[in-house]
Amino acid sequence: MQSEISIKSVWKLFGRSSAELVEQLRSGADPEELHASRGVRAAVQDVSLEVRAGEIFVVMGLSGSGKSTLLRMLNGLISPCEGEVTVKGCSLNSMTAQQLAELRRHQMAMVFQSFALFPHRSVLENAAFGLEVAGMPRKARIDRAMQALERVGLAAEARKRPRELSGGMQQRVGLARALALDPPILLMDEAFSALDPLIRKDMQDLLLDLQAEHRRTVVFISHDLDEAIRIGDRIALMQDGRLLQCDTAQRLLHHPANDEVKRFFRDVDVASVLTVEAIVQPPPHLSVCDVGEPLPDEGGVTMYVTDRLQHFRGLIRPGLGWVDMAAIKTLSTGTSVKAAIDVVATSAEPVPVLDDDKRLLGVISTRQLLLAMEAGD
Amino acid sequence: MTLILAAAHQAGWLGQAIDLSVEWLLANAQGLFDLIKVSVLALVSVTEMVLEWPPAWLFALITAALGFWRVNGGFALFVLLGFNLVLAMALWSEMIATLSLVLTASSLALLIGLPLGILSARSRLVWRLVRPCLDLMQTMPAFVYLIPAVMLFSTGAVPSILATLIFAMPPVVRLTHLGIVQVPDDLIEAGRSFGCSDRQLLWKVQMPNAVPTVMTGVNQTIMLSLSMVVIASMIGGGGLGDVVLRGIQQLDVGMGFEGGIAVVILAVILDRLSQSFAGRRGSSLQQRLRAWIALWRSS
Repeated sequence: MQSEISIKSVWKLFGRSSAELVEQLRSGADPEELHASRGVRAAVQDVSLEVRAGEIFVVMGLSGSGKSTLLRMLNGLISPCEGEVTVKGCSLNSMTAQQLAELRRHQMAMVFQSFALFPHRSVLENAAFGLEVAGMPRKARIDRAMQALERVGLAAEARKRPRELSGGMQQRVGLARALALDPPILLMDEAFSALDPLIRKDMQDLLLDLQAEHRRTVVFISHDLDEAIRIGDRIALMQDGRLLQCDTAQRLLHHPANDEVKRFFRDVDVASVLTVEAIVQPPPHLSVCDVGEPLPDEGGVTMYVTDRLQHFRGLIRPGLGWVDMAAIKTLSTGTSVKAAIDVVATSAEPVPVLDDDKRLLGVISTRQLLLAMEAGD
Repeated sequence: MTLILAAAHQAGWLGQAIDLSVEWLLANAQGLFDLIKVSVLALVSVTEMVLEWPPAWLFALITAALGFWRVNGGFALFVLLGFNLVLAMALWSEMIATLSLVLTASSLALLIGLPLGILSARSRLVWRLVRPCLDLMQTMPAFVYLIPAVMLFSTGAVPSILATLIFAMPPVVRLTHLGIVQVPDDLIEAGRSFGCSDRQLLWKVQMPNAVPTVMTGVNQTIMLSLSMVVIASMIGGGGLGDVVLRGIQQLDVGMGFEGGIAVVILAVILDRLSQSFAGRRGSSLQQRLRAWIALWRSS
């Protein structure tokens, strides 16, 4: 997949920064010491990342880890001291203020933790703000903004002022303001962190729905690991301005690069992160039969039956004979291990796992399930 | 009398330097002053003509209607009773004269002050230059402005307006600057992130958010204009100030109070009306208080 945004060894120091200080840090100087002696804070240190088109890329870290600074370098609100940020193949370093403004108007829109809605504008005018700045005529931008509000379920509130809305609704306006531009890239800065847990989950679902309808590249900043795992296709873990590791949640869990990454995942509920395809095993006995009812096997084992294209058809239980797939509990890909527990526990034999085309990927036994959950702890 | 005063205190070297520069201006820039004089005179004459055109009862009704719309019924009643009292004291034409001086001086002050405030907010350098000037303008005793004003423009309405203009301008500059500077950072960031140019940021994000504070500045400027216009009667500004001044000169307490009461009535009406444009109705006093606290903290 092509990368939409690429960050190459980017540094950002706040305070009186200089190339010499970056060099000192690069050769192993202690950032804490530098902060004490020179008053310079190293917010982002030597971070390189590739964000692919159409994925939700979560940058996850505790407060002060430099994730918000990193996000602001993607649209040039903050420019790096060293290194290069490239969006859709164009380097931000060489852009003029005018080009940067054009990039922000057409390529990327941002959603803020504090909502940052304009109190003097109605909800509708807030949603139309980006289009207004981009110079779209009034009629057209009101239509587009109204569509965006409808999409987030706020069409009825269009005439209200932001302060009349609840926090969750305000952030929907913030999201609509970004969506109205129909940008290929969404930058979300702890967008849901200020919301109640239930509302937060609603908003995450809304974001996932939006992605299902129309895939955008989303860079999502979060300090909440559950949120990162829930919505992120890939997660970049940051700590003290450095990138610890960048991968899918499952791989971060199973192949942590170092102890810091492990520490992040210490309290994570493994069963909800792992999906069934991560622990699936090939079926112990497999037979291929395209049509008709396969003959019972004499070996006293459970036989899984597919056609030649690996589409699952059913299984033969020892002593009981042929059972068609319609009568068998199966698991589909993407199901979390947690959701599979019930199915696997109540099934007489290892449960078949099927992909979207009903092809048999393998089976999961109670034993495998227990082993997987133990490995995470 | 003058001789005794002169003997008691001669102007020092600084005073002499200022004398000299005023003289130099008189000698070399008379044309400019004449131009200013003529245009300000034209402006105040037109204003006075417009204000004098409706009969007193119509003027009172229009103002009361405006008060009913912007403030409330009680205020409209106050307007009617207040104007009635002014009429009863036979001070109507003086009040109209004062009002036209106030309106001319404060609109000129706003014409200069608003752009200056915006410029100060956008450039640190401008603010660094403007701020000490504002401090000077605000702390200098008001009477001091009268002397050069008379020297440059002789007596009458024009020097009164110009002295008033200088005296009344600082609040609107300060509060415009403050209003723009105190717009929350996250709104600025939101504006920038959607691709605002500097100009778009100013007109779409900063100014709309600063309006309540700026309007507080406008209100203050109008009120200061009124107080200065009364003082400027000493140099022939005319209007209600004249009545008060005559009261002082003739030690006529009754006359002085009549003039004073008319000024108070005008002040209350101007204050409430200009305040009503400062933002949401009903909360303007609170808002004004908050803006003032913020202003003192910032300076």
